[in-house]
Amino acid sequence: MPEFQRFSYDVLVIGAGGAGLRAAIEAGASGAKVGVVCKSLLGKAHTVMAEGGIAAALANVDDRDNWRVHFADTMRGGQYLNNWRMAELHAKEAPECVRELEAWGALFDRTTDGKILQRNFGGHRYPRLAHVGDRTGLEMIRTLQDHGIHTGMEVHMECTVLSLLLDGNRIAGACGYDREKGRFQLWQAKSVVMATGGIGRAFKVTSNSWEYTGDGLALAYRAGAELQDMEFVQFHPTGMVWPISVRGILVTEGVRGEGGVLRNSEGRRFMFDDIPDLYKEQTADSDEEGWRYTQGDKNARRPPELLTRDHVARCINREVKAGRGSPHGGVFLDISWIKERMPKSAEHIKRKLPSMYHQFKQLADLDITKEPMEVGPTTHYMMGGIRVDGDSQMSTVPGLFAAGEVAAGLHGANRLGGNSLSDLVVFGRRAGRFAAAFANANGPVTVNEAEIQARAEAALAPFDRGPSGENPYQIQYDLQETMQDLVGIVRIESEMQQALDAIGQLRARSERAGVAGNREYNNGWHTTIDVGNMMMVSEAITRAALLRKESRGAQFREDFPGKDSEWGKYNIVIRRGADGEMQVEKRALTAMPDELKAVVEEMK
Amino acid sequence: MATSATFRIWRGDPAGGAFQDYATPVEEGMVVLDAVHRIQAEQAPDLALRWNCKAGKCGSCSAEINGMPKLMCMTRLSAINLNEPVILEPMHAFPVIRDLVTNVSWNFRAKKTIKQFKPRPPDAADGTWRVQQADVERVQEFRKCIECFLCQDVCHVLREHHKHDEFIGPRLLVYAAALEMHPLDIEDRVSDLRHIHNIGYCNITTCCRQVCPESITITENAIIPLKERVVDRYFDPLKRLFRIL
Repeated sequence: MPEFQRFSYDVLVIGAGGAGLRAAIEAGASGAKVGVVCKSLLGKAHTVMAEGGIAAALANVDDRDNWRVHFADTMRGGQYLNNWRMAELHAKEAPECVRELEAWGALFDRTTDGKILQRNFGGHRYPRLAHVGDRTGLEMIRTLQDHGIHTGMEVHMECTVLSLLLDGNRIAGACGYDREKGRFQLWQAKSVVMATGGIGRAFKVTSNSWEYTGDGLALAYRAGAELQDMEFVQFHPTGMVWPISVRGILVTEGVRGEGGVLRNSEGRRFMFDDIPDLYKEQTADSDEEGWRYTQGDKNARRPPELLTRDHVARCINREVKAGRGSPHGGVFLDISWIKERMPKSAEHIKRKLPSMYHQFKQLADLDITKEPMEVGPTTHYMMGGIRVDGDSQMSTVPGLFAAGEVAAGLHGANRLGGNSLSDLVVFGRRAGRFAAAFANANGPVTVNEAEIQARAEAALAPFDRGPSGENPYQIQYDLQETMQDLVGIVRIESEMQQALDAIGQLRARSERAGVAGNREYNNGWHTTIDVGNMMMVSEAITRAALLRKESRGAQFREDFPGKDSEWGKYNIVIRRGADGEMQVEKRALTAMPDELKAVVEEMK
Repeated sequence: MATSATFRIWRGDPAGGAFQDYATPVEEGMVVLDAVHRIQAEQAPDLALRWNCKAGKCGSCSAEINGMPKLMCMTRLSAINLNEPVILEPMHAFPVIRDLVTNVSWNFRAKKTIKQFKPRPPDAADGTWRVQQADVERVQEFRKCIECFLCQDVCHVLREHHKHDEFIGPRLLVYAAALEMHPLDIEDRVSDLRHIHNIGYCNITTCCRQVCPESITITENAIIPLKERVVDRYFDPLKRLFRIL
C-alpha cells in the first residue's frame, strides 16, 4: 500500500503564480496556517512571462480615467458575457492592489512627477498599464515571492496534484506526489484555493510553458465544480513564428503600444482594412493619428493594431491564408520604422522593450531596432475556467476557491491585455481572504483513506505497463495537433466533431500509457498525469465551442460568423454528470444592476 | 548545418552515474533544450530535466553545456561545434537529484536570511511614494535576475569550497544590492553582509558576471558597491577615529 507524507493546513493554495502567492499572503495575514503546492520551483510560474503591465485606473497619466471607464472597457472587451460583479470589483480594487505591490517593493516606471507611469494597451481607453519596461510579470512574481517567504507559508515545490479530496460535499484538501522522489503526499485542508493557471499546452502553438495543462480545471471538475466559458480561448496575435523551436513564444503587445505596426508581405498596413463597428469611433483613421496616440497625444485615437486580440489574430490569420504572409508563415511587426519619427530610436526601443530586444537578438539573430519581426497567433490565455462567486471566489464546491486564469468570469468572451495581472492580485487577495474565513468558520475535515490509496495506485499503473505501453509524449503531441488543427482560431462544426472523436481515441490510448524507470523525477510519468487533465480540458473546450453557435469574442465559428444577440444572454456551463459523462448547458446571465448598466451605456 | 548531432548526457542520481550518448536529428534554429526534448520524447522518456518558459525568462533549464554554465533554452545549436559530442551535465555546485536536475533548495533557504524590503513612510497623503525614473533605472539591472543560479554554480566559494553555510553567493548578493539600492528601502543590511553573509569571501574573479544570461554586471555593479559599504563602515581609519573621538 503506498505510503503518504501527511500535512495539515487551514488553507491549501495550489499554484504559486501571481494569484496563488497573493492568496497565500492574504490567507496568512488573516491568521490561517497556509500550505502552497506548486508544479515548478518557486518564482518560475508563467506570471514571469507577462510583459506589458498591470491594468489599474490610477489616473496618473490621464486624469479622465477611473474605475467606471475600466469596468466599461473590460465588459466591452468581454462582449458582455463577463461576471459583472467581478468586472466591477476588479476595476475598483486594482489600483489599491498595485499600490500594495509597490509597498512590498515592486518598482514601476515613473511619470516625470514621480508617480507610477501607465502605458496604452489594446482595448483600454486611457493609458492604464503600470509597468516596468517589458518585464512587469517578473517584477510582480518576485515581489510576491520575496514578500511571501517571510509570512510563514509552507511551500511544497515541484509537486503533482492527483486529486482534490472531499469530506461529504465539502473540500478536504488534496493528494499528490513530490516529483523529486515520487513520494505520495496528503495535504489535508479546511479550504483550498485553486490557482493553477491555464491550458495553453493543449495546443501545439502556445506561449505557455509545460505546466499549463489545465490541471486545476480537471481537478475541480472531477471534484464536482462547475466550469464556465470554456469555448473562449485567447489566441494572442503576436507570437514568434521563427525559428521553429521558439514558435509561439510571446511578443508583447507593448511593441504595438510603443508604435509598432503590422504589415503584410506587400508592405500594406492591413489592420486599417477591417475595423469592427463597435470600435470605429475609437480608432485612428491615419498612420499619423495612430502614431500620435502611441506618443501620448490625448486627442488622438488608437491605431488599429491595438484593437482586441481576437480581432488582430484573425486579421493576421486572414493575411497569411490569402498568401500575403511573411516567409515563415506570419506577418511583419515593425517597430524599427519609428526611426523616421524620433532621434536615437534604437536606444528608445531597447529601453522600452529590453526583453523583446534580447529575445529576438538571441533566439532569432534579429535586431528589432533595425528589422521587422515575424509574428503570428499563439494560444495564450483561457478566459473560461472554474465558475465562482464574484465576491468570494468560491466555486460550486463548498470550500473550493479559485483565482486567476483558472477561474472564469472577469474576462467574459475575451480578455484585455493587462487585465490578467490585475486579476491575479485582486482575486488572489479575495480568494485568500474568503478561504481563510471559510476555514475559520468550518470545523476540521477528515479524508477518506480508501480513496487516497486508490488514487495513488491508479497513478502508479503506468509503471506496471512499462515502456511497452503507449508513449505519453506521443499522446500529448497528437492531442496538441488535434486541438490546433480542429479547434483553433477558426472553428467549424464538422471539424470539432472530428476533434471529439479524436479525443475519445486519445483517451483510450492514454489509458494504456506506460513509463520506464522509477518514480524519481520521471518526466514521462508526470506527462501521463498531465495528459489526463489535458484530455478533459480539450473535451470541455470542444463541447462548449460546438454548443455556442455564433462568433463572439475569442470564439470564431466559420459556420456562424456573426454575433447572435440571443447567445449574448448565456454562458455555457460544464459539469460532470452522475454517470461520469460531461454535461454542457446554457445558463442565463444574471441581470446587471441598473447603476452598472448606466455606466456601460454612458461609456459606449 | 549538420543534420544530426550526438549529445553526451550525464545520467545518474546521488549514488553515481555516467555519460550516455544519444544521436538525434537537428534542424536550423534549434536550441539545446529542443534537442534534449526530442531525446526525451523518442529515446529516454525518464530523462530528468527542468524547464519552463523556453524563452530565457524563468531560469529553470540551467545546465553545463560543454563545461559552461548556460540556459539550455537560450543556447543555439548553431553556436556549438556539432562535429563533436555535445556534453551536458547538471550544475556542479548543487546536489544532484537525477540526470540534469539538481537540488537548488539551498538558494531559497539562504534568501530568507536576508532582511526583507522595508520602505520609508509614504511621501504623499494617499499612501503613495514619489520616485524619479533615474532611481528606478539604477536598480533595474539587479531586478532582471531570473534566478537561474548559474552564477552560484560557477562561484568557486560554493562550487569548490562548499561554503553554502557561510556565504550567500552572487545571486543573493545581487538580491541584497537590489534591496540596499532600492530608492524606498531603509533597512540596514551592511552588518549582516559582513558577519552573516560573509561578502568578504568573494574575491571578485568575475566568473559569475561572465555566465549571467541576463548580462547583469554582478561583480562591478552589485558586489563591489556592497563591499564598499562594508569597508566604509568597518574599515575606514578616519571614520574609526571619529567613532573613538
